[in-house]
Amino acid sequence: MVGRPTRGYRVFQVCNTIILTLVVVATLYPLVNIVARSFSGEGYINAGQVNLIPRGFNIKTYKAVLHDSTFWTDYGNTVLYTVVGTAISLVLTTCYAYVLSKRNLRGRTFLVGVAVFTMFFSGGLIPNYLLISGLGMRNTIWSLVLPNAISVFNLLVMKSFFEGMPTELEEAAAIDGLSTYGTLLRIVLPLSKAVIATMTLFYAVSFWNSWFGAFLYLDRPNLFPVTLYLRNLIAGASGTGSVGFTGSDAAQAAANIQSVTIVLTTIPILAVYPFVQRYFVSGVMIGAVKG
Amino acid sequence: MSSTKTADLLPDARSPGGGGTSPVPARRRSWRQSLRRDWQLYTLAVVPLVFFAVFRYLPMIGNVIAFRQFEPGGSVFGDHWVGLEYIRMFLNDPTFWDVFTNTLVLGLLTLVVCFPMPIILALLLNELRNRYAKRIVQSVSYLPHFLSVVIVAGIVMEFLAADGSVNSALHAVGHAPILFLQQPGWFRSVYVSSELWQTVGWGTILYLAALTSIDQDLYEAARIDGANRWQQTWHVTLPGIRPTMITLLILNIGTFMSIGFEKIMLLYNPLTYSTADVVSTYLYRMGVVSNNFSYAAAIGLFESLIGLVLIVSANKISRRTLGTSLW
Repeated sequence: MVGRPTRGYRVFQVCNTIILTLVVVATLYPLVNIVARSFSGEGYINAGQVNLIPRGFNIKTYKAVLHDSTFWTDYGNTVLYTVVGTAISLVLTTCYAYVLSKRNLRGRTFLVGVAVFTMFFSGGLIPNYLLISGLGMRNTIWSLVLPNAISVFNLLVMKSFFEGMPTELEEAAAIDGLSTYGTLLRIVLPLSKAVIATMTLFYAVSFWNSWFGAFLYLDRPNLFPVTLYLRNLIAGASGTGSVGFTGSDAAQAAANIQSVTIVLTTIPILAVYPFVQRYFVSGVMIGAVKG
Repeated sequence: MSSTKTADLLPDARSPGGGGTSPVPARRRSWRQSLRRDWQLYTLAVVPLVFFAVFRYLPMIGNVIAFRQFEPGGSVFGDHWVGLEYIRMFLNDPTFWDVFTNTLVLGLLTLVVCFPMPIILALLLNELRNRYAKRIVQSVSYLPHFLSVVIVAGIVMEFLAADGSVNSALHAVGHAPILFLQQPGWFRSVYVSSELWQTVGWGTILYLAALTSIDQDLYEAARIDGANRWQQTWHVTLPGIRPTMITLLILNIGTFMSIGFEKIMLLYNPLTYSTADVVSTYLYRMGVVSNNFSYAAAIGLFESLIGLVLIVSANKISRRTLGTSLW
């Protein structure tokens, strides 16, 4: 900006910096606090003395949780559900978005409407619950991945992206005798790596983070995703006893098993976050590019 | 900006068979010709359409159980008609009206707090000169958006526990510990603050994008006219992001009724039902826990219809008064 900053503006800049610093601190404080608790001794935790730095450094609970076979089973389940769910979602979303991006296609308006209407009106919890149960999908992976196979928001993001592609390439491909499938696979998709990466991340994060479907439809603990493991822990449905503690270790676990599990569940997200953040932002941007 | 967006997002009112008055373009193909030419494209739409039919539209039809008696083990669509019995039942259910009120209060509080804050944060970020600092604030504030609601609930519980950070701060100033999650009086504050913590940063993205698209010449012109910083913000910046604000406001209003279901499920308990229990959690307990499926479906249908009415009317009001709308 040109022009000499006035005194009032300089004061504003200082206040602004302070406010934004506070936003950063407020965002990070609870996260750092959880990490500190997870490494702290039970005496300090119970006395409410753990803030940003671990006190009475202790990794007994980490060892115990990492030796708990249920934890690993559930972690494996989360990975499985995420991979299968994301794969199905990507295929379906890509196919439908490609169809919707063809402006001259007859019936396109209807096909768009079918998807968009579901953004504003949904069947609701009970009919969905009865349907999934009625289809015999309880206690299967399908109850988690199929009902969420297409997110309309993601669909519209992808549709916008396809619409922005030059039509000449596809016309040339058609003249060269490539079928629609061939054009999609060999011409369009190789040029859509950015949007596919974004969609993969959007879907993967939503499958990784979901818990309620599992809570509704899965009864067998060996099928639970790790989010449900954590949920049962914080809801007190399964105590520290299930992890096999004895004596003083039990007291330690009671004090911070929740923090430890929260940290262990969050690590994968935090590990990839710095590298993929820009894809998320670009995804939101593509979705709003028309707006 | 949103008018163009929505023209694209939403079906055209003059869809085939909808209008009939517009002259058919000369090059318009018949259905038979379209099918022959584009059949491969249509085949790509088949599986997604099956998905929408089974997992989105069938449940909508499944709402007929709100008007039918449902027997466990019987048809998913119920066994015989009972008319408006279940509707009458919940309209006369005092608990329903309690949770309905809770939903409105919580929804309104969330809207009042969580809608404007990202705008303010985006404006502040926009004034930050140091690009590097701006990137850091953005990256950090987006982070909570990617955490599972279970993790957020876990963090809230740890943070507000008797031995948690908040209570140790209270202890330091000589205050007795507060059991935040066991007191109905605290639930709304806890819910809204955790919601703000998780959504405020991510909510700035669209505003920041809108801010960069404002024509810099407008600021130049405003300065020449003698506008100070504050006046520039008020007369140039805010009008520039108004369409984004309205679009997001309408979308927020549309999700008003289904507010925070999963997080409330994780954070509430019978001690806090008097403020925390909302329509969606109540119908969950009625339906899935107590197996009163028809009764719960009637409430759910009511909830969905209100959501639809809210978004349609918000859109209509916005189009009439502000000239911006989703469709």
